[in-house]
Amino acid sequence: MVEYDVIIIGAGSVGVPTALATARDGLKTLVIDSLPSVAQADNKHAIGGIRSTHSHIGKSLLCQRSIEIFSSWEEKYGDDIWWIQGGYTFLAFSEEDEKLLKDTVKLQKSYGLNIDFVDAEKIKELVPGINDEGLMGGTYSPKDGNASPLLALHSIYRNSKELEAEYRFNEKVTDILTKKDNVIGIKTTKGKYKTKYVINAAGAHAKEIGSTVGLDIPVIPDSHEAGITEPVKNFFSTMIVDIRPCIDEKFGDSKNYYFYQNKEGKILFCLTPNPNILGIDRRETGLFLPQISKRMINLLPRLRNIKIRRIWRGLYPMTPDGNPIVGKVHEVKGYINAVGMCGQGFMLGPGLGELLGRLLIEKTTSQDHEILNSLSHKREFYGEEVLK
Amino acid sequence: MENITSHPILEIPERKKITFSFDGRKLSGYEGMVISSALFLNKIKVFGHHVKDSSPQGIFCANGQCSQCNVIANGIPVKACMTPLIEDMIIKSCNGLPELPVEDKPISVGDSEVMNLEVLVIGAGPAGLSAAKILGESKLNVLLVDDKDRFGGKLVLQTHKFFGSQEDVYAGKRGIDIAEILGQSVLSLQNVQVWLNSVCLAVFSDGYVGILKNNKKYVLVKPKYLLVATGAREKMLVFPGNTLPGVYGAGAFQTLVNRDLIRAAEKTFIVGGGNVGLIAGYHAIQAGIEVVGLIEAMPQCGGYKVHEDKLRRLGVPIFTNHTIISANGDNQVESITIAQIDEKFKAISGTEKTFICDTILIAVGLNPVNEFYQKAMEYGLKVWVAGDAQEIAEASAAIFTGKIEALKILKEIGIKTEVDLKKLQKYSEIMKAKPPPPVDIDFSHKEEGIFPVFYCNQEIPCNPCTTVCPNEQIETIDDLITQLPYFKDDQECIGCGKCVAVCPGLAVLLKDYRKDKNNPFITFPLELTANKLEKDHKIIVVSNDQELGEFKVYRTRILKEFPKTQLITVKLPSEIAKQAVAIKLVESTYSEPTEIYEKDFTDDDIIVCRCERVSVGEIRKWIRSGVKDFNELKALTKVGMGACGGKTCTPLINRVFQEEGISIDDITPGTKRPLFIEVPMGIFALAREKKEGK
Repeated sequence: MVEYDVIIIGAGSVGVPTALATARDGLKTLVIDSLPSVAQADNKHAIGGIRSTHSHIGKSLLCQRSIEIFSSWEEKYGDDIWWIQGGYTFLAFSEEDEKLLKDTVKLQKSYGLNIDFVDAEKIKELVPGINDEGLMGGTYSPKDGNASPLLALHSIYRNSKELEAEYRFNEKVTDILTKKDNVIGIKTTKGKYKTKYVINAAGAHAKEIGSTVGLDIPVIPDSHEAGITEPVKNFFSTMIVDIRPCIDEKFGDSKNYYFYQNKEGKILFCLTPNPNILGIDRRETGLFLPQISKRMINLLPRLRNIKIRRIWRGLYPMTPDGNPIVGKVHEVKGYINAVGMCGQGFMLGPGLGELLGRLLIEKTTSQDHEILNSLSHKREFYGEEVLK
Repeated sequence: MENITSHPILEIPERKKITFSFDGRKLSGYEGMVISSALFLNKIKVFGHHVKDSSPQGIFCANGQCSQCNVIANGIPVKACMTPLIEDMIIKSCNGLPELPVEDKPISVGDSEVMNLEVLVIGAGPAGLSAAKILGESKLNVLLVDDKDRFGGKLVLQTHKFFGSQEDVYAGKRGIDIAEILGQSVLSLQNVQVWLNSVCLAVFSDGYVGILKNNKKYVLVKPKYLLVATGAREKMLVFPGNTLPGVYGAGAFQTLVNRDLIRAAEKTFIVGGGNVGLIAGYHAIQAGIEVVGLIEAMPQCGGYKVHEDKLRRLGVPIFTNHTIISANGDNQVESITIAQIDEKFKAISGTEKTFICDTILIAVGLNPVNEFYQKAMEYGLKVWVAGDAQEIAEASAAIFTGKIEALKILKEIGIKTEVDLKKLQKYSEIMKAKPPPPVDIDFSHKEEGIFPVFYCNQEIPCNPCTTVCPNEQIETIDDLITQLPYFKDDQECIGCGKCVAVCPGLAVLLKDYRKDKNNPFITFPLELTANKLEKDHKIIVVSNDQELGEFKVYRTRILKEFPKTQLITVKLPSEIAKQAVAIKLVESTYSEPTEIYEKDFTDDDIIVCRCERVSVGEIRKWIRSGVKDFNELKALTKVGMGACGGKTCTPLINRVFQEEGISIDDITPGTKRPLFIEVPMGIFALAREKKEGK
């Protein structure tokens, strides 16, 4: 039986860039996924926003590296992944939100992030046509951006295969094999494979995988609906996040929603329902379009004439505090978590993949340790990420 | 291209002339006509250019499903085929991406309507109407929706008479008239609500069905029972030039000609010898459009022999064992190149022929529009499917399956009816059966007395001639609807001409030898002109393969029950009378092939996904690199992710997979998602219009 240095469970936003990193580090890498091809779970449901402006230092550092990777991707690998450095804008329509955002900016600036609270006039420049009634301003982080999850993941996938990472699709991991609390391999629906390390990058199914080694991983998926429009001439480039909660007696309340216009000119949008809808249901509902259309047109009236092309629903693998769970566990040697991305797997993936690579070849830096500590599964899961 | 002002079958309504502009040119059209037809009327076929490769864009589906006819109308990007023309409309071609109009004044938004009901029927074609009638008669609360502005589905485009039996499926009546009859029978039921111009957008997992009511209001309907009768869509082919304006489906062509009354072409060429292609050819001729030729890949046309005969007799060359090599032209179709194929369907080098034409109709079969049914099944709704959405067949079969599925719904609810389900199912199977090849029969007959002759040598389910004869002198063999008709001759024929007038195949002649054995009177049906032929009008008598000479009309009759079929009686010498099968008004002109074709094409020249402009070459490259998941192809190439959502390209791509030796079972099918057609965001938010005439 072939022995792998590392087996990654899940060929998605996290698993594939991790495979690129481990293969580049010279590790014999196998990626296993139960679906028929690469990135067929929730990566393709992501709308493609990429930001380093988080209020969690670990996430910020990982995403900063991701942005470096995404922004230089085409130059380095020749594939256009539709990267646009258009920035992120969180809007404030109340003094409360203004204060919240200003506090966050202060914290983020302390991490060295390029973000400012800008006034309503600047927001109107960034978002032409925005309904400025009650607009107090917002944050603007110009270094953030967006890319196509579909194109990016596939390009990373192909490049990882160039480096001899192997992939097996249509194969479901049924067990992680251990001997005296050491990982020795995995069992799938099609066979067994030997390995020293297993990385759980199973997204919405992380808990299931963790339970095969007796771990109780607090990852519970909830679902969000999203959509895309026809393409029109580009007229804004920032991701717009409207954090106002919305009461909608007929179609259901919602928390924030966000949207941007991609390189092709299509607008991608996504809504966070209130309360969260737990579970793994990925089927479209009838309520979503009436809910979000009202909100988006209220904010940006000219959107009423843009045609909606397609809608879908995807999962956010959530943790209690909204931050990922990453790193080794002391219960099982050789098992590594890369789970609970809370809907940010695409933006975290490339940076996280490199860190996991360093972890396996034991070349972690002090910053890596700082990140891993902050994302440890043993941390106290209190509080909640301020801006999800 | 011009307005059709006279048509042998269709009534030409009064239309109000209005002016509009296109790219600054002042033009005129008719009020209420869709923009695409108004542009066609002004000989404009290119509506814009694609953002990806600047290829010319124009009408393709004529059905709101793709976005190739996008134009900018009064500042707003719209689909030309779905948007009615209004006075002084300023229309601009859509080159590259449209700009979203800068209309930034805050507007009011509101909640879409939500409604519960018992049965929702999607599609008011023959199946949906027949079902709604039965459901409505059982006092159920029914909503019938259809995306078109009138009842009947594709029936409204069918100017020819239908096959089948008179009793069950109105055989002998024209599609347009059957639509009216079925529509009226549903309208008379108070508990059936009908929404026309209302396209279904999606079936959702929470049991809602999203409907764009009257093209402007979004309504979420929650039915207890759902019947999908959404019909079919046309298959496309891959060949170089397949996306040039001027290449479209036969159905789209019929929409332009028979619904919008536009002479949408001057010279048309038809690809496909099934009923759809054959009928489209006849419709073209009825509208005064020349049919340059028709090709069929098989050794014989697949459509009804009588339809084929109608075209042949009018001098349309039918090339069997032929395929299309390319559609040629810079900005729109200027010619077609065809070639003969061998038994492996490969073109035989050296047999290429190029014909001048401005339109190529693709009529190579239909696929069910079944995505709502599939979603509803997947989401566990109580759903049934009827008509072409269930299985591609004739409209007469759709009438049966509509009734059958309605009865199944009644059974599910527990409502008893007296209709014999088994009998319906039996008839439905008969109607769905593929016609057998024509049989060789001897058409020779006696030369005395008066009698009908049936030039009907294919066992298709049809018998209106037997029910129309006042003396019950016409029967089918063994009284079976699929058998051939014959004249019993135990009572004298009274020469009423009803059998001649009713025959959907125009295959019955009346021969009268009583007055002069050497110069009998032969009565032919004629559906080629709106003008009643006067005595002594010159016509041309034809046999199945040649013109027999010019003769004068002796008498013209029009029966009250068959107002659009002229019965033309001509006195013919007995030798001619024996061979004569039809008449036509003018001599046929044959287009000779030209020699302008010499281009070599590669896969990269052939577009498979029209919306995103993806070539066969690109698809093949990825398939060869190991891609077997349609979703992966989508991610890589955007194929199937355009406006139409893979409706046209999916079967084409499956064929590329097969060509590469990958079995259909090994391919992961692409995920289908709502919406069925693109709809402005404002619709979902009840965004209030600023003012009239957006």
